[in-house]
Amino acid sequence: MTAIRPVEGTGSRLVRQARYHLPAVVVFFGVLIVWEITVASLNLRQFILPKPSVIATALNAEWSIIGKAAGNTLFEALGGLVIGVSAGVATAFAVSRWGRVREAILPIAIGASAVPIIAAAPIMSIWFGILNPFAKMAIVILLVFFPILVNVVRGLTQVDASALELMRASAASDGQILRKLRIPNALPFFFTGLKVSTTLSLIGAVVAEYFGGSSEVLGRVIVQSSSRLRFDITWAAIVVAAVTGIVLYLVAMAAERAIIPWHASQRRAEP
Amino acid sequence: MPQPVVAISSVSKTFATASGVGTTALDRISLDIQEGEFVSLIGPSGCGKSTLLRVIGDLTAPSDGTIEVNGKPARQARMDRDYGIVFQAPVLFDWRSVEANVALPLEIKGMSRTQREQRVGEMLDLVELRDFARHYPYQLSGGMQQRVSIARALALEPRILLMDEPFGALDEMTRERMNSEVQRIWERTGTTIVFVTHSIPEAVFLSTRVAVMSPRPGRIVEVIDIDLPRPRNEDTRESKRYFELITDVREKLRGGHNSADGSGAGSAIPSAGRTLAEGSVG
Amino acid sequence: MVTSAAAPGSTPVYRSALRGALVALIFLAALLVVWEGAKLLGGDPWRFKNDAGQETVYQPPFKWPIATDLSLPHVWKIWDALAAPVQRQQEQSLGGFLLGAAWHTGQEAALGLLAGAILGFALAALFVHSKLAERAFMPYVVASQTVPILALAPLIAFAFGNGVFGIVVVATYLTFFPVAIAQLRGLSSPDPRALELMRSCAASRWTILWKLRMPASLPYFFASLKIAATASIVGAIVGEGNPGGSQFGLGRSILNFNEQYGSGPEKLWAAIIASALLGLTFFLAVRVVELVVLRGRPDAAAG
Repeated sequence: MTAIRPVEGTGSRLVRQARYHLPAVVVFFGVLIVWEITVASLNLRQFILPKPSVIATALNAEWSIIGKAAGNTLFEALGGLVIGVSAGVATAFAVSRWGRVREAILPIAIGASAVPIIAAAPIMSIWFGILNPFAKMAIVILLVFFPILVNVVRGLTQVDASALELMRASAASDGQILRKLRIPNALPFFFTGLKVSTTLSLIGAVVAEYFGGSSEVLGRVIVQSSSRLRFDITWAAIVVAAVTGIVLYLVAMAAERAIIPWHASQRRAEP
Repeated sequence: MPQPVVAISSVSKTFATASGVGTTALDRISLDIQEGEFVSLIGPSGCGKSTLLRVIGDLTAPSDGTIEVNGKPARQARMDRDYGIVFQAPVLFDWRSVEANVALPLEIKGMSRTQREQRVGEMLDLVELRDFARHYPYQLSGGMQQRVSIARALALEPRILLMDEPFGALDEMTRERMNSEVQRIWERTGTTIVFVTHSIPEAVFLSTRVAVMSPRPGRIVEVIDIDLPRPRNEDTRESKRYFELITDVREKLRGGHNSADGSGAGSAIPSAGRTLAEGSVG
Repeated sequence: MVTSAAAPGSTPVYRSALRGALVALIFLAALLVVWEGAKLLGGDPWRFKNDAGQETVYQPPFKWPIATDLSLPHVWKIWDALAAPVQRQQEQSLGGFLLGAAWHTGQEAALGLLAGAILGFALAALFVHSKLAERAFMPYVVASQTVPILALAPLIAFAFGNGVFGIVVVATYLTFFPVAIAQLRGLSSPDPRALELMRSCAASRWTILWKLRMPASLPYFFASLKIAATASIVGAIVGEGNPGGSQFGLGRSILNFNEQYGSGPEKLWAAIIASALLGLTFFLAVRVVELVVLRGRPDAAAG
């Protein structure tokens, strides 16, 4: 293998981590530099792909608009995320208690995730009012509900048969089996769903905004600035959206590491 | 004769299959196990030995017959927490440290924290894992994980310890060490142990009695008394009597298998039975 | 141990398909009941003729804003609208129009799905062979999905013009990620001993990839492809919705009918239902291919 492995035992953990992430950092700055130089020297389609420095200037100049828009979009995304995840978890608990219901619900939940829910965004605006942030939240709720439901139901029910026998041999009550076995077992599944959902929540909010509504949101800033051919603002808004999405994802990941450090996926993630 | 700890009288267990015809896993089995005994159930795959263990532990209900544990129905014994159980896989909870895993049955029983801590400490001393109390299961070797699961099974001082091929996944050297360990624990605690295994040497080395089972339908062919002196150690493994008993168990296994095939004692193809019986060793 | 063994063969697949269809039907019926139930309880007044030919009016007990005829048309109104002309003075029916739109969007999505699957597979094959490449690029593959991807859609539309190409690019962008992640897992799923076996036969990396890693990764591949199938349609719909995106397709129809909602709410509803059906069709198509390709493997009938 051509892989360059971090040399064991040299330096502290911090140094090892830095070495591990070095290639990614190199790529990041490499791309920025090549981008800047290419756009500057070719001078082609500059207006679609502005130089990073131009984007940074636009971000600074238009921060009052972009920052406010980001705040509003984040509110929609987080509101929908909280409601959708809570509803998904609650439904999963209810559903996993009854085998028959579970068997009927799971295929429907899987089928529902095959439906392009985004397409229903205009209906939500009609139902809840085009300026009502809840119209956007509703789309986010629909988007995150099913992945959470499917994952948590699997986590609560796909329990090691021997572990169940062990609990029964200790005469554990149903409540004890739920608290001490099923819920811990479901946590890794929940976090898998949560990480997908954080990403979906922001995408859902921004796309729902495309279909109209308040103009002080990231989706509208992107659409309007690009139709005015102000691509520097478009890119600045995209960067803000990207950073927001990454931060949301990292928060979910940090929570996962903190809460289920014992899980195999977390151990392997350690460089 | 005192009252047996486990009294199995003519227990049968039939599983339904897709074709509608039931498979008889256990066929009118009767067996009494006395206080402080170490009884091994041995037999080829499909002879129902694990099913019998589960029936004793009330993890599956018999189709027919009765099980009494300490003079009460198995279900009552389970609710009274008379059982400890050890599987082939350690079945430790990933999210719990070693000490928290051992404490699990104590928590289920509702013991106070201080009582739990004391009891967990004793159990970890018993399996010599005190230094690993704060470790998580993935940080332990297979043999150590299995010792944790034994400590967990013994935490409630059960009247009976049920062990379902506990060392089947371990290598031969580790297995022999674990056998000595189990013997030591058994002698110290005096717990009655029912032990399911594939391994003839393991069964002979550990048991007071070995119940040889045959498949289709699952029956006990013979119960062999193991009169090896105690304490058993490395010398035991090289004694003449040990080899005699191993041969004895092996022959009973072979015989049981042939008769189960319907080919009788004077089988036309004795080598088939031989291969199968030998194949189940180790 | 003795357990009830299912008979080998195709029976479980057939059975699970039948059961799936039954569940879907029950669900559909329940949906209709809830839909019309909401109208019955909180919709607009209902006018209908009784046996004597007199017109009577039914007044629902509540008044819910989301159950009015404008917010939630009757199911049969949507059904009737399918047969009616799509616009005044036009021959084509709404149903025919939507069928054409779905065909258009389906083609874009299928192209995007194909391109995304190839890209995802290539990335996974690269990462599984080079840890350096994985460490250098993997963070950005993940980051690309935390970006509201569709934010890039207007730019892509400007960059690639009004054609189908820009839309396919959006669909590709959405589909490569699930495939790449799952393939990386799938290609590294073979037992290390199987890899050693291949190396002991002096198999080249290429041979190991095709004879061991690829077949082992197929279940992962299809699991991700089902997610990607929906994503490709979302991508196509949003791509069409861009300013300068497309004149055809479901995404464009949704936007147009949204603007004409006041005069015909049924049309928007029909377009959304058509999108849902297209999504389900893609999902089921992938599932069928999966069942055929993975037949004989354990758990092929599950999921």
